[in-house]
Amino acid sequence: MSSGHVVIVGAGQGGLQAAMSLRQEGHEGPITLVGGEPGLPYQRPPLSKAYLKTGEAEKLALRPESFFETKAITLRPGTWVDAIDRAAQQLRIGSETLDYDTLILATGTRNLRPPIPGVERALDLRTLEDARTLRAALDQPRRIAVIGGGFIGLEFAAVAAGLGHHVSIAEAAPRLMARAVSPAMSERFRALHEGLGTELHLGNGVTEVTERGLLLADSVEVHADLVLLAAGVRPNVELAQQAGLEVDNGVVVDAMLRTADPQIFALGDCAAFPEAVSGRRVRLESVQAATDHARSIAKTIVKGDVAPYAAVPWFWSDQHDFKLQIAGLAAPSDESVALDDGAVLRFRGDRLTAVETINNAKIHMKARRLLGGDAVPARDTLLQRNYDLTAA
Amino acid sequence: MVKVTYVAHDGTRTELDGDPGDSVMSLAIAQGIDGIVGECGGSMMCATCHCYVDEDWAETAGPRMDGEEDMLESAACEVTERSRLSCQIKLTEALDGLVVHLPEEQV
Ligand SMILES: Cc1cc2nc3c(=O)[nH]c(=O)nc-3n(C[C@H](O)[C@H](O)[C@H](O)COP(=O)(O)OP(=O)(O)OC[C@H]3O[C@@H](n4cnc5c(N)ncnc54)[C@H](O)[C@@H]3O)c2cc1C
Ligand code: FES
Repeated sequence: MSSGHVVIVGAGQGGLQAAMSLRQEGHEGPITLVGGEPGLPYQRPPLSKAYLKTGEAEKLALRPESFFETKAITLRPGTWVDAIDRAAQQLRIGSETLDYDTLILATGTRNLRPPIPGVERALDLRTLEDARTLRAALDQPRRIAVIGGGFIGLEFAAVAAGLGHHVSIAEAAPRLMARAVSPAMSERFRALHEGLGTELHLGNGVTEVTERGLLLADSVEVHADLVLLAAGVRPNVELAQQAGLEVDNGVVVDAMLRTADPQIFALGDCAAFPEAVSGRRVRLESVQAATDHARSIAKTIVKGDVAPYAAVPWFWSDQHDFKLQIAGLAAPSDESVALDDGAVLRFRGDRLTAVETINNAKIHMKARRLLGGDAVPARDTLLQRNYDLTAA
Repeated sequence: MVKVTYVAHDGTRTELDGDPGDSVMSLAIAQGIDGIVGECGGSMMCATCHCYVDEDWAETAGPRMDGEEDMLESAACEVTERSRLSCQIKLTEALDGLVVHLPEEQV
């Protein structure tokens, strides 16, 4: 049984889950959850989906205020941690210090602001505060330009187009969601968004944000009176870095999700961890990674080093009436096999790495179970079954 | 107002008042019911909101939604014919008095 003081920095999806899982596993010592944002921990996924339509902020809270008292979790919202003193096992919060026995870094990411002239005119979509501002701006007909054709930009674009706004998207890569999905999937989403009346500028970076909209690399001007910057994020690694911990596109952790300092773990959006199958160092931005990391760390703190982290990644994105579901994790260079039913299987050599589907829960769930099983069928075996996962 | 009773695995009953349009999951989360996790926020991605609809309410609660069946297959506890994802049961006046039973575990 563990009885030390666990302090969690970052009260988002993963930080909260870590606190909850620690209690579930039977951690008896104090737990302090320190978060820079005001209010109760909340879900981000609806910020680019339902919230934009309904504006129901109270529905976003992950747990009610009473929960923290019941579970004896000290929540300190609106509190920014300035530094970690590893030798003293202490955090610095302004002029105050806070002792810890075990520290969990759950600091998430922040919006990447590329050095484009005029970029300060563009809005972000990361926090509830951002979403409020954005939603308020949608109260009148707008010409909207979105910088970045990734999940968040596209989800926002789909909602905005659905509400009757005129939307354009500028993406520097030649296709949508290029880092995360196969070319075949990118293509289906291109057709979806064009069908919604959205203007796509692919393979065309933004060179300037002006008061009239965007200026693109090919000198085309995109007229807009509202610009959303959705060109990716940066992990919040500064605390770890200043404390001398290794950082490589995220706070570097081992298979137990621990940093080189045995008292410090990292999880979720800010953590660079070894992928179970390949050992490749990855950083995921998903509810799944944040919550599964949190559960794994809580178990390790309470029960010791029982099992390395090995959960199968999954992800979803809702765009108009398409629900994209991804099981597993493909690298951009992994091969794609597009099936007649619309599913796309990704392979690295002989190994199935991911399955992408649209509105197909059956195949998605089948893929999650297959990828999580002991014997993932090899490519040849799958080919013999015509790549029918339900036959596997 | 729609009353919903949650029966925890140990038999503890909690009665909550929800609004039409809430889901059985979102009401439970908002009021801090322990036996429902609801990790994906109702996106039918996680199966951590599994519940068993009380026999008397099975018909009124209606059939499973598209895709619900597939997601339920990965639920942590036994799936029976009364199993539902509580995020997919939307409260209506007709469900006033609904009783759901919670599984031992969600993860
Ligand atoms: C608009 C939007 C839509 C999304 N949609 C989906 C989706 O459909 N599906 C999906 O799987 N994922 C989605 N995600 C991603 C998902 O929300 C994140 O992966 C998840 O929130 C990560 O959890 P986390 O705990 O790692 O970080 P976060 O939830 O980002 O929490 C980190 C917290 O740490 C705080 N913090 C940072 N530094 C400090 C410090 N020094 N002191 C105190 N506090 C600090 C931050 O203020 C922040 O509140 C979406 C994200 C966004 C923004
Ligand atoms: S809350 Fe995730 S499936 Fe119901």
